[in-house]
Amino acid sequence: MAEYSAFSLLRNAITGHKDWRRAWRDPEPRKQYDVIIVGAGGHGLASAFYLAKNHGIRNIAVLEKGYLGGGNTGRNTTIVRSNYMLEENAHLYEKSLQLWEQLSQELNFNVMFSQRGVTNLAHSDNQMDAFARRGNTMRMNGIDAELLDRAQVRREMPYLDFSDNARFPIYGGLKQPRGGTARHDAVAWGLARGADRLGVDIIQNCEVIGFKQKGNRITAVETSRGEIGCERIGFAVAGHTGHLAAKLGMKLPIESHVLQAFVSEPLKPLINTVVTFGAGHFYVSQSDKGGLVFGGDIDMYNSYAQRGNTPMIEHVVSAGLAMIPSLSRLRILRHWGGIMDMSMDGSPIIGKSPIDNLYLNCGWCYGGFKATPGSGWVFAHTIANDQPHAINAGLTLDRFERGRMVDERGAGPYPNRH
Amino acid sequence: MIRINCPYCGLRGHEEFNYIGDATKQRPASPAVSTAAEWHDFVYIRDNPRGPHQEIWQHIQGCRAFVRVLRNTLTHEVLATGLPQDDLLADASSLEKTGEAS
Repeated sequence: MAEYSAFSLLRNAITGHKDWRRAWRDPEPRKQYDVIIVGAGGHGLASAFYLAKNHGIRNIAVLEKGYLGGGNTGRNTTIVRSNYMLEENAHLYEKSLQLWEQLSQELNFNVMFSQRGVTNLAHSDNQMDAFARRGNTMRMNGIDAELLDRAQVRREMPYLDFSDNARFPIYGGLKQPRGGTARHDAVAWGLARGADRLGVDIIQNCEVIGFKQKGNRITAVETSRGEIGCERIGFAVAGHTGHLAAKLGMKLPIESHVLQAFVSEPLKPLINTVVTFGAGHFYVSQSDKGGLVFGGDIDMYNSYAQRGNTPMIEHVVSAGLAMIPSLSRLRILRHWGGIMDMSMDGSPIIGKSPIDNLYLNCGWCYGGFKATPGSGWVFAHTIANDQPHAINAGLTLDRFERGRMVDERGAGPYPNRH
Repeated sequence: MIRINCPYCGLRGHEEFNYIGDATKQRPASPAVSTAAEWHDFVYIRDNPRGPHQEIWQHIQGCRAFVRVLRNTLTHEVLATGLPQDDLLADASSLEKTGEAS
């Protein structure tokens, strides 16, 4: 029987909710593991979950410096979509979206995945042409896409600026109906419980300090809770990948940058979809609690500080006001920053590393949250088989040396432009 | 706000500047003799340090000069500023603080 169900809720209500099993254990680290995953965020936990579930590897530890889901998993704007054009990205994010559609059932944990649709607005004829091309490419890859004209956008989103004064008039938009949002914390908690029930040790407050190497292999990890041996090791530490790699003398095509996100005071239902601005960088949805969750550009300079700066707040909010003028009197309730691993072509790096038994899962730029289950799924495959799955075969570290960039925006090797 | 001491204009908020990036990357001397590995290192590979980082900012809303800044990426504190050719990390201990943390 499922651990969480209407029946178990009723039974525990009768006994005063004293018999719920702890969602995941708090084990002492063992001496040796088959696989160590560094980072208990969504990607690390999903990797451990799929390693245990799909590949039968149960002797796994997930090491976390702070607390589970306390990094970017709890700091994003919860948007899930797969509206990519290039082959390498399209199939990865679509695989991820398909896993999202099953995730609550698979984990027996409500991740509140809401397929409310994601619409990118277009503000010129040229942008409409580009969106038509993108939409056609998506549909040829088996991904849903609908091109909306101005009247259709207005019918779905009447709160946007359709006045004659709009600085960037709305010409239409590209909608992915299967896109939407999910509850970010629930994803981490559900994956943690799922992995724990399959025997994975999730070890929190355990910072990786160094590595023991023999030949071209990592034999053990030195942590704040002692030395832990490993057969294979995977990094899923987002913005801190460069910091860990430096301990191995490895340099990566990545810069760490800070991205801010915001929540407004709660409102009655206003925005029932995810909508993004096409003339600047602004994306917004409304949470179930009523707050508008929104974000924009990164702060543009290298940063490991999990807080951003005021000029970017003004920049993001002014883009939002150009799109939805009625937000002008709304107060911001909270804002925060997360550290993005900005890669040199804007696409993730997920695969093998120059060290024989080290696997990298990094370079997610802004886009990591939506990839959570898909990233874990392909990363687990890569670690278990010592070679990438067909889906992530093009997202290798050596693509930069070979000139095979996956540059969705065509922005070139400038990490803060992706 | 990060405040950067422009060598020509004095202390200004960072919203007047455009961030260019890592100042330590050296362009390969000559395309005729440079290897693919050297170009790969120059174009794509970054130290990405957590701590003092030498970087170039351009004072686009001021004198438009390029400014080299030594800044702590963990705290955003500006440790030193100078001309693009200065090696601020080597001089960091002798320079007094010219900026302040955000």
